[in-house]
Amino acid sequence: MTDNNYNEIIELLCDRLSSLTDSEVSITAETNLISELSIDSVKLLNLIMEIEDAFDISIPINALADVQTVHELASLISKIKSAS
Amino acid sequence: MNLLEKLDAAAAARKALLPEGVGAFGIPIEEVYSATEARIGERRVLLLGTNNYLGLTFAPECIQAAHKALDDEGTGTTGSRMANGSYYGHRALEREFADFYGCGSGIVFTTGYQANLGTISGLVGRGDTVLIDGDSHASIFDGCILSGAEIIRFKHNDMADMEKRLRRLGDRAETTLIIVEGIYSMLGDQAPLADIVELKNKYRCTLLLDEAHSLGVLGETGQGLVEKTGLQKEVDFITGTFSKSLCSIGGFCVSNHPQLDQLRYVSHPYIFTASPSPATIASTRAALQLLREGGHLRKQLWKNCTQLYNRLAEIGYQLGPEPGPVIAAILDSPKQALQIWQRLLEKNIYVNLILPPAAPDGKSLVRCSVNAAHTTEQMTYVGDSFAKLYHEILQS
Repeated sequence: MTDNNYNEIIELLCDRLSSLTDSEVSITAETNLISELSIDSVKLLNLIMEIEDAFDISIPINALADVQTVHELASLISKIKSAS
Repeated sequence: MNLLEKLDAAAAARKALLPEGVGAFGIPIEEVYSATEARIGERRVLLLGTNNYLGLTFAPECIQAAHKALDDEGTGTTGSRMANGSYYGHRALEREFADFYGCGSGIVFTTGYQANLGTISGLVGRGDTVLIDGDSHASIFDGCILSGAEIIRFKHNDMADMEKRLRRLGDRAETTLIIVEGIYSMLGDQAPLADIVELKNKYRCTLLLDEAHSLGVLGETGQGLVEKTGLQKEVDFITGTFSKSLCSIGGFCVSNHPQLDQLRYVSHPYIFTASPSPATIASTRAALQLLREGGHLRKQLWKNCTQLYNRLAEIGYQLGPEPGPVIAAILDSPKQALQIWQRLLEKNIYVNLILPPAAPDGKSLVRCSVNAAHTTEQMTYVGDSFAKLYHEILQS
């Protein structure tokens, strides 16, 4: 994974997540998507679809089971993008 | 949070959606009078929340066949087919399903859920990919999870999104199983099968079609969407359930691929479960015969579907995109859906209440399931009741 690639993904995720949540939490790489941002599953899946299009990748649903933080989601996206 | 506290949290979430005393999920049905009427509490209700599409639950042919099987073969098989053997009825029903679809072979499963679980987990595994519709039934999703394959979903019935995802798969498309449904259970819409087949052939994938809700409903002889579209030779595997139009319990898979038979040796949901009881198999065989000859039942079913769908649309309800035996009114909030569901029950009409996250896109649904045994008068009464509630609840 290149730093640029990862940083670009983190930046996009933080930007999109802040528009989806009513939470006052400042979003960083370590922010927990569910417990801190209270994003419901429908919003999260819509976000995933948007990200998939932005990076022209498909994220397997089963890979998302291990994702809790913004960093973990960014790492997964970066890994899939590198392999594609 | 320990294991039991997790269940407490789930119970609290359920109670937040449904006030105390409202038993919308798993409602107690005290007596069943016919294919269209039952007693809930002290109410004699009109059943509009079952999947009894051809209205065959009390068909004398099915009841007599089940009685005879009980007398001749007993109440149960007491084990799996792998260990305890396959009864004549199991093998006959498999031949009859294969014959019905013009396929080389068929397998019977103990439930419809297991038909998807067993077929999918037998066909794909680690290193393979499944491409599923975003509105797929839980049995499809769970089969995919059990298989260990990578699960990619495409937007519901969106062919541009589906092709985009096939393109992204590159060489892996050839080891990809596409799974779609004849009629989707939430909004009652049909898959665009011709377009799906075109993409399946272009990317050299394998295609599984679940006809759970479309068996008995679509096509001249009731095969489902595959018959309506004339694409029998293009679909690799067809699954379905006995618990809807066939009015019993169980499931099947048919295919022209001779490898289907190998599922009997690799599919845990087939191997490690008791086989269907003789009475279940006997009533299903009788119902399949009635289904094949049931053009008049399909005609009545579609008359009822069209009547209710058009009436609800005329009133102003937001509905799924096309008429069918599943007609869902889409509401803005769980509160509205719950109010309509409760008021319908007060008017002696039982329908299904579907709240997030069970419904697609966070929607709330009041879902009606129409059947061939409903009368025009019953459909009119249901339409009139929905009309009153539209004005009382949605326009107040």
